[in-house]
Amino acid sequence: MGSYVPATSAEQQAMLSALGLESVEQLFDCVPPEVRISELNLPAGLSEMEVSRAVGKMAAANRRFDSCFRGAGAYRHYIPSIVKTVTSKEEFVTAYTPYQAEISQGVLQSIFEYQTQMCELTGMDVSNASVYDGATAAAEAVFMCEERRRSGVLVAETADPQVREVISTYCASRGVSVTTLPQRGGALDLDKLAEALTEQTASVYLQSPNYYGVLEDAAAVAEMAHAKGVKVIMGVNPISLGLLKTPAEYGADIAVGEGQPLGLPLGFGGPYLGFMTCRQALMRRLPGRIVGQTTDSAGKRCFVLTLQAREQHIRREKASSNICSNEALCAMTASVYLAAMGPQGLRRAAEGSAAHAHYLAEKLNALPGFALRYRKPFFHEFVTECPTEPTVLCAALAERGILGGLPLDGGLLWCCTELNDRGQIDELVEVLKEVCAL
Amino acid sequence: MKLIFERSRAGRGLSLLPECDVPKAEFDAAFLRESAPRLPEMSEVELGRHYTELAAETHGVNDGFYPLGSCTMKYNPRIDEELAALPDFADIHPLQPTESVQGCLEVLYRAEELLCEITGMDAMTFQPAAGAHGEYTGLLLIRAYHASRGNTERTKIIVPDSAHGTNPASAVMAGFKVVSVPSNAEGGVDLEALRAAVGPDTAGLMLTNPNTLGLFDPNILEITRIVHGAGGLCYYDGANLNAVMGRARPGDMGFDCVHVNLHKTFATPHGGGGPGSGPVGCKDFLAAFLPAPRVGRSESGYTLTQPPQSIGRVRSFYGNFLVVVRALAYIMTLGREGIPAASAGAVLNANYLMHALAGRYEMAYDGACMHEFVMTLEGLKHKTGASALDVAKRLLDFGIHPPTMYFPLIVHEALMVEPTETESPETLDSAAEIFLQVLDEAEANGESLHSAPHDCVISRPDEVAAARTPILRYAFDG
Repeated sequence: MGSYVPATSAEQQAMLSALGLESVEQLFDCVPPEVRISELNLPAGLSEMEVSRAVGKMAAANRRFDSCFRGAGAYRHYIPSIVKTVTSKEEFVTAYTPYQAEISQGVLQSIFEYQTQMCELTGMDVSNASVYDGATAAAEAVFMCEERRRSGVLVAETADPQVREVISTYCASRGVSVTTLPQRGGALDLDKLAEALTEQTASVYLQSPNYYGVLEDAAAVAEMAHAKGVKVIMGVNPISLGLLKTPAEYGADIAVGEGQPLGLPLGFGGPYLGFMTCRQALMRRLPGRIVGQTTDSAGKRCFVLTLQAREQHIRREKASSNICSNEALCAMTASVYLAAMGPQGLRRAAEGSAAHAHYLAEKLNALPGFALRYRKPFFHEFVTECPTEPTVLCAALAERGILGGLPLDGGLLWCCTELNDRGQIDELVEVLKEVCAL
Repeated sequence: MKLIFERSRAGRGLSLLPECDVPKAEFDAAFLRESAPRLPEMSEVELGRHYTELAAETHGVNDGFYPLGSCTMKYNPRIDEELAALPDFADIHPLQPTESVQGCLEVLYRAEELLCEITGMDAMTFQPAAGAHGEYTGLLLIRAYHASRGNTERTKIIVPDSAHGTNPASAVMAGFKVVSVPSNAEGGVDLEALRAAVGPDTAGLMLTNPNTLGLFDPNILEITRIVHGAGGLCYYDGANLNAVMGRARPGDMGFDCVHVNLHKTFATPHGGGGPGSGPVGCKDFLAAFLPAPRVGRSESGYTLTQPPQSIGRVRSFYGNFLVVVRALAYIMTLGREGIPAASAGAVLNANYLMHALAGRYEMAYDGACMHEFVMTLEGLKHKTGASALDVAKRLLDFGIHPPTMYFPLIVHEALMVEPTETESPETLDSAAEIFLQVLDEAEANGESLHSAPHDCVISRPDEVAAARTPILRYAFDG
């Protein structure tokens, strides 16, 4: 068996003697015999070499695609080498939540830097230290907007379906009503929004670029919502903010999103990173850890976890959220990514993603049967029709090492990033022609 | 030290991406941001050094003893990190066709099998990303179960007063009211108070066992019987599973669902506060309510299935998958013999350290402990003026991460110590010496500890000022 227990059996025996005991079994005398088990039905333990081979074999049963045109909530971007180097430092990897500020300044400062970067990206005043993922960030934001006289969220149908599902799950248990606002032509139907907004509504959740890649008329949404005193939660792709207008510029009250594109691998869905930023006025409603700047007793600048009166370990059932562990190392990853990219690099990633997507869209739109479904401005994702059954088409692409767009209502949701260069796109188009016999 | 923004110099940067090889996409000006985000502009060498400096001001498990009670700061095996980083896991899109992700699904399927055996459960979801997220998910299962039986009057969750703060907070998020029950003189659940608390409005009980005092509740079967007898369900908070894994199972104690913290019990790293993973296991009769999708197995391979009465999603995709890879590798390494050997080591180390301190430090409860123990420094504070906080801060000077302070709430001036099984006897001996030396200092001159620590990169921070006038981001223009 493998073990990470340093004490030898002789040492353990000596420790037991010091306690006046003879065997480790006596340590468990307090456990009633009725609930004790003699042995687990598990395989025998293995050496590191055996585990490495066995788990390596599982990994090998997966199929990696050289060329990936699928996004829909998880995005393959270039990850700078330094990101991996920094975030695998053992101090960062193995530390706990920085409760003891005196020996945690490194982690605390990195979160403060992350918070600043997320505020800069989204244009907001305050950021927390992260939540689990983009979907739970959206759900937590809905709760932030609940008031005594206002309740319920209007959710755009054009938002990511998984985010909508998580919002629904969270709201159901708290008795917060969720109303889905229908789309028209791939974007939120503003007429339907106008009908649904009332003086009792607490919030609107809008995603832009939305699930179909379309840029929503977020300014109009914010204006209409605010006219009724309703708060606006905007879901955003952080890469797009290297180029596109910020949620704050659109007038949103809270910005949330999936931070995975910022240097985190696809990882079959996680760990990812939920980011949340908001206006100053909502600061004390923000859930999760927040790091603040202060001074030590000698007047030196330092950082601490702050505004803890919101949190579960202080407020228990009156806390703003139950969140305790967040995604700190993922937040640091995003922070190192943003520092490595800088404003120019991030803009280049955003422009490259958009340029490749538009190049592909143009090429596909020229192919019979692949017409663009929506005629609206988009960022790096878009939907086309599909001349055959989409899953059959994707299977044919997979044989050529290409992960095609995501099958969606008879069509395909395509995505490009800076990684999908001209060569990959031209190859995809050639393969499509061949497969569809065009 | 300098903030990364203070190291930034306009015009510096890394050469990461090529020039775009296709024409730029044209956007209407109405869609473009007015000014670029003020991200740092750094060379790679400066970036590397910045984080090396930050790392030097961070204390991880590999930097020294970390007896932070309730957090199970055990060693994080390197092989688990290596396996989670394999490109054939790390570079897999979560929405790939099922036949192309058979390896990932096998990881989830096997981890579920192993963890169900360890906890005595029948089914499991890996969607919850942390312990508190798991609690919330488990409570939604309980809620859905009662609702499916047309029972909407069961609105209350019973939580002992020694519970983690996440328990009551999760119960409220799941739409329940919280009923707190007191602990008895031995630190366990007061059975009379529990009998009085249960009724037709009881949805369930949340319990950590061993509890936050490090004590295994000897009445556990009676406790779960009382709750079941009243029609409620029993939820096991797995935060302290490290004490009993391989020796006793929540499923055999009468619990209906559990969460386990992979980042505590199963050796995955804490990452400075996450990512964790809080999978939720349940008995068969609750499996229909689990979040969708689940992993199944058919003749043609692993599949994704939809539980018929699912509570819905609690997170996108399948949870913190790469954390599950690490935990699976850990469980495979320890196996049938290693799992109970780990809990034995954890309990032995805790008792050994407690024994070394017991003559001098006052323990909150007499007798043996499980994987952790709680001391009360109320007497010391009264006598010398040195508080639990003072002692904790002084420990920092010796490179020891302090125990959990002021928790559980029912013990005054509490310090909660959890050594874990991965510490050697010599580490425990040396830690005991340091704890006793700090006590000597406190007894000689309690005042002297108020200014501790003395040898850290900062002295005590002004937390009141931080909360009163919050500075939560860098102000670029001073």
